[in-house]
Amino acid sequence: MSAPDDLRIHDGAADRGGLIHPEIRQPDDESERGPDGSRLQHAEGTTQPLSAAPKAAQAREPQPRGARIRGNRPIDQAEAAERFIAAPLHLKAHDERLWDLRKKRDAVAHTIPEWEELRELASQIKAHTLTNLDAYLEQFEAQAKANGVHVHWAADGAEHNRIVHGILTDHGARTLIKSKSMLTEECGFRHYMDAHGIEIIETDLGERIQQLDKEEPSHVVCPAVHKTRLDVAEVFARTLGTDPENDDIHYLAESQRETTRPYILTADAGMTGCNFAIAETGTVVTCTNEGNADLSGNVPKLQIHSIGIEKLIPRVEHLGVFIRLLSRSALGSPITQYTSHFRAPRAGTEMHMVLVDNGRSARLGMEAFWTSLKCIRCGACMNTCPVYRRSGGLSYGATYSGPIGLIIDPTFNKRKYSTLPFSSTMNGSCTNVCPVKINIHEQIFAWRKVLAEEHEIPLVKKGMMKAAGQVLSRPAAYRAAIGAADSALRVLPRFAVYNPLNTWGRGREMPETPRQSFHAWYKQNRAKTDGAA
Amino acid sequence: MSARDGILRAIRQNRPSGTYALPPLPDFAPLVGDDLIASFGERLERMGGRLAQAGPDGDPLGAVRERLAGARVVASAVPEVAGNRDLARVAHPADLADVDVAVVRAVFGVAETGSVLFTQDELRVNAVAYLAQHLIVLLDPADLLVNIQAAYRRPEFGRSAYAVLHTGPSATADIEGVLIHGAQGVRSLTVVLLART
Repeated sequence: MSAPDDLRIHDGAADRGGLIHPEIRQPDDESERGPDGSRLQHAEGTTQPLSAAPKAAQAREPQPRGARIRGNRPIDQAEAAERFIAAPLHLKAHDERLWDLRKKRDAVAHTIPEWEELRELASQIKAHTLTNLDAYLEQFEAQAKANGVHVHWAADGAEHNRIVHGILTDHGARTLIKSKSMLTEECGFRHYMDAHGIEIIETDLGERIQQLDKEEPSHVVCPAVHKTRLDVAEVFARTLGTDPENDDIHYLAESQRETTRPYILTADAGMTGCNFAIAETGTVVTCTNEGNADLSGNVPKLQIHSIGIEKLIPRVEHLGVFIRLLSRSALGSPITQYTSHFRAPRAGTEMHMVLVDNGRSARLGMEAFWTSLKCIRCGACMNTCPVYRRSGGLSYGATYSGPIGLIIDPTFNKRKYSTLPFSSTMNGSCTNVCPVKINIHEQIFAWRKVLAEEHEIPLVKKGMMKAAGQVLSRPAAYRAAIGAADSALRVLPRFAVYNPLNTWGRGREMPETPRQSFHAWYKQNRAKTDGAA
Repeated sequence: MSARDGILRAIRQNRPSGTYALPPLPDFAPLVGDDLIASFGERLERMGGRLAQAGPDGDPLGAVRERLAGARVVASAVPEVAGNRDLARVAHPADLADVDVAVVRAVFGVAETGSVLFTQDELRVNAVAYLAQHLIVLLDPADLLVNIQAAYRRPEFGRSAYAVLHTGPSATADIEGVLIHGAQGVRSLTVVLLART
């Protein structure tokens, strides 16, 4: 396994307790403890007490909000990122928290000798399934029907919403409890149901916080990771009537539990998303820590599972690969608290499954991008991404943020998300941690090319790319240029790096570069003995 | 054309070129030692669960007797523990909202992760494992499997209407990464090692 690839880890991080922002380490926090008194760190828990807003210690810092959405106009991610960076308490907590998840992921991956083999298997299983998706969908449908499940197909998000609304109407259902689902975010499900007088209650704590604050989730696994405890206390005081001065996290979590429980007990319908759909058995698998998917699927008399068609896997035994990878990649936890397999309705109840395309079949035909459909939504690429950690998920102004968002979002709307593939330093860390081995950073680059060819790139970025492209496109010239200039960065015209319109050069100096490039070092030290140049 | 036919047609038209075979799954060596109970217990506790130790008199339920005695409503799905809420007579799952402690038997446990499996047969009413405040799980040590790969070779997944792996209690760290048990489901999960009768 590679060493941590964030440069700061080599930059005296050991002297800072391995932290990027040691000042946010707290002496203690309210986290649960094990029988021996040690602080537990399973699920999304941090490895040590971290908070940029410890109780009563800091002046309140308003939460930076996400990208400004202006119809179909390109998202200005950099503008939103700048507002995030201007909120240092939020920035530090966010950066450290996600880097902590990345470090937890590394630690747990290193305990599994076959980790890399599992990634390769997962990638191959997904490639096989996606290239035979029609047959596996038909098998899934036939199995589900044989299990007594009603199966529906939706070409897009709007059709998904209409179908679910129809099911609810047939049952006279007015309230629906649901667990977290990125697919329903994609479909704008809550907004649609709001407009049709159906009350939707999110039952995941993070998702509920976001729903109450009328914000989208900022992370696929930790929807409210960009908020501090003070932000949550403010939202709950405003919407649930809690004590605005009490930011004890047990109090906040308990308040949510107590106010959500009545909805769970009385809801007319329940809904979950789907992590894996098994063709051989017609099963929907969900992975959660809170048990809220199991409540949504097991309490109301009507249950609905929304499934992106790319979630198919052939057989139950393949879960033995994916379940071992998912939570370890996402959180550094060996498994989620609940891994739930819904196959057939309970006696006296109805079970519906909605298979949703919403652009996926079209993406399958995009030669450079179809493997993005392998994604299992673990969020590892987001946790490791230096741009994501310092800008927050909401700055992307899209359902999917971070590296995976950069390559998925433009498939939904090329113009609106035309700027997103530029929100990357191209360091490739996302690709290195992806449990299904999607070549994320290469696809980011490929999107830049596509958008350039289709004239979706702003003029300034075009000029910069042309200058850099002259050199970067030719390895020999690139190496010569580095050797001469000591730094790849200086190959780029200074105006391109520090141009006020280049968002990623703004506000920072370029890092000190090594005296000798790796390639030159390798040639000098190893090439002779290896006999290879 | 129906949405179904449209989606399937688009998938066929857009099928990526190349052949991608389904790889065979190798048998991975277990990452736990020979003492499956010790591995299971250690991993369960790291995931927030508890492994009950037998009482000094050898009573396997010794560690949970106090909890059972202090509970107002006990829903038991096992013959070893008498409850006062009959799961066979639950008209609607929501009627279990007042259950303090639920007692169920696991189909099997997984040493690699500290997980236990239930299906609708063990739970009687699926929701009891989430609506109860606390969950006590009986597990026969002979039912311990080495790892998740072994678990997914078991037939329960192919034939159960509902099958679920529980690994510790309901948990969240959605606020500042502070870990809280009892997010939406049970506040504690305690495994009692007790052979099937």
